[in-house]
Amino acid sequence: MSPETRRILALHGGLLLLLLGLQFVLPAYHHGNLARIMVLASYAIGYNILFGYTGLLSLGHALFFAAGMYGMALTIQYAGFSPAPALLAGLLAGLVVSAGLAMLALRTTGVAFMIVTLMFAQAGYLSILYFGEYTRGDEGFVIQTARRMLWGIDLSDPTNRYLAALLLFSVCLALSLWLVRAPFGRVLVAIRENEERVQMLGYDTHAHKLGAMIVSGTISALAGAVYGLLFGYAGASFASVQYSIFPLLWVLLGGAGTVLGPFLGTLFMFYLIDLSSGLTTAYMLIAGVALVVLTLFAPQGLAGELRRRLWGWLP
Amino acid sequence: MSGAPLLSTRGLSKHFDGLQAVRDVDLDLAPGEARALIGPNGAGKTTLVGMICGRITPSAGRVMFDGADITPLPAHERIGLGMAYTFQITSVFHALPVRENLALAARRRLKGAAVQDAVERALARVGLPRDIGGQAAGNLSYGHQRLLELAMGLVQAPRLLILDEPTQGLSDSEIDGFKALIGELKGATTILLIEHNMSVVMDVADRITVLDGGTVLADGTPAEIHENAAVQAAYLGTG
Repeated sequence: MSPETRRILALHGGLLLLLLGLQFVLPAYHHGNLARIMVLASYAIGYNILFGYTGLLSLGHALFFAAGMYGMALTIQYAGFSPAPALLAGLLAGLVVSAGLAMLALRTTGVAFMIVTLMFAQAGYLSILYFGEYTRGDEGFVIQTARRMLWGIDLSDPTNRYLAALLLFSVCLALSLWLVRAPFGRVLVAIRENEERVQMLGYDTHAHKLGAMIVSGTISALAGAVYGLLFGYAGASFASVQYSIFPLLWVLLGGAGTVLGPFLGTLFMFYLIDLSSGLTTAYMLIAGVALVVLTLFAPQGLAGELRRRLWGWLP
Repeated sequence: MSGAPLLSTRGLSKHFDGLQAVRDVDLDLAPGEARALIGPNGAGKTTLVGMICGRITPSAGRVMFDGADITPLPAHERIGLGMAYTFQITSVFHALPVRENLALAARRRLKGAAVQDAVERALARVGLPRDIGGQAAGNLSYGHQRLLELAMGLVQAPRLLILDEPTQGLSDSEIDGFKALIGELKGATTILLIEHNMSVVMDVADRITVLDGGTVLADGTPAEIHENAAVQAAYLGTG
């Protein structure tokens, strides 16, 4: 193992250990927040594979998040699934939806790609409202505590919920770290840098982009499914355009194309809104100014600046 | 130069909205030969090789590689058959380290430790200093970027290496190194070279094809081309 690999494993493993340790010391309020942040950061990790590493800006990832969430919640609610198969159903829903959208949207590039993904996500959102009889539309529905027992573990219990969120986050972080260091991920980065050159090195760039979008969408869907299960709720608001913009912001703030960026960005933005809303009702103003300042002075995001200034080896 | 050609084109043509860039080009490259493609600016040289390696879809005609018709194949599949293309306007991955640029080119055919070996060999072969391997390719001087572009072609170990003005921007000593390199490759690798530097063309090419106005004006050994009056008028010129 090269010294660089050892450093990378120490840093990312260290973060996971730190998060595990925080489980025992955090006050209840922050403990709950961090569980939520870890699940949302997993969503951002999925988004980052497509946006940060492959250079494809999607405005429709809420479709994947919601596909996972409803794939899980509807099968629990109407098919009587237990949580494990329901999570699998959410994952498969994300896989199918992202493969379908990838095949259509990747016929376009640039702005057209953004618009196509946005439109399909809106169509998904409207479909959830249209089938309100089952999905309960904007109002959503609660998944009863009794149905959130995974192998005898009560997922509504804060400690269990925290550990489940950490498990999801660890899996997504490790997967993303492995992927971007593997030959497949290196080709994705090269596509981001210069797609035509990659083609002329003999790689099928379309197939790689297709793969990136499916991996990205499926991770996002898994995060959506786990979110619904841990917090006991599924609603159409998670399919709205807001939830497509969030991961873009988190990734931009944390550092697009870095493995740690999605987590840092989610954490930062969550507490930025949390703290500023404690000060004033115009909290979005404070959040907005902070975002502008960060964009001006750290255009590559938090982890991106770390990489540029200190740790050139950061993956 | 006997045996079946490695690369052939028949009736290859391309027009862009009424502009006939390439017209009816028949070309045959024997295995192992070094062919230079020369002609004035706008003669259609880059368009022609673009159609050969799949960057540009021809308006008419066919391309055969190793006996098979590859006209319908996309670029990446042609590269997979053993072509390599180096860009006229240097097209390296600026943000990535030099070694990663080469590794990307090598990894399509190699795995694991063999990739690093091939990368080091390619660096040495084009005469790039080893210590620049960790730098971002965009930080290299223009001449070094040209050499990196060339190394990215070599590291693919192609059967047909297509070089689009490889010596542009190189110093005299780097050009001498380039000539020696092509001399070593010849025989094992078939080379199609677009080149403006006549000293390079005369030194390294086995045969020369002269393109003018999108058509083949002449085709022959360097000596024959040198004597050809039409070529003199069209290209070598008097001024």
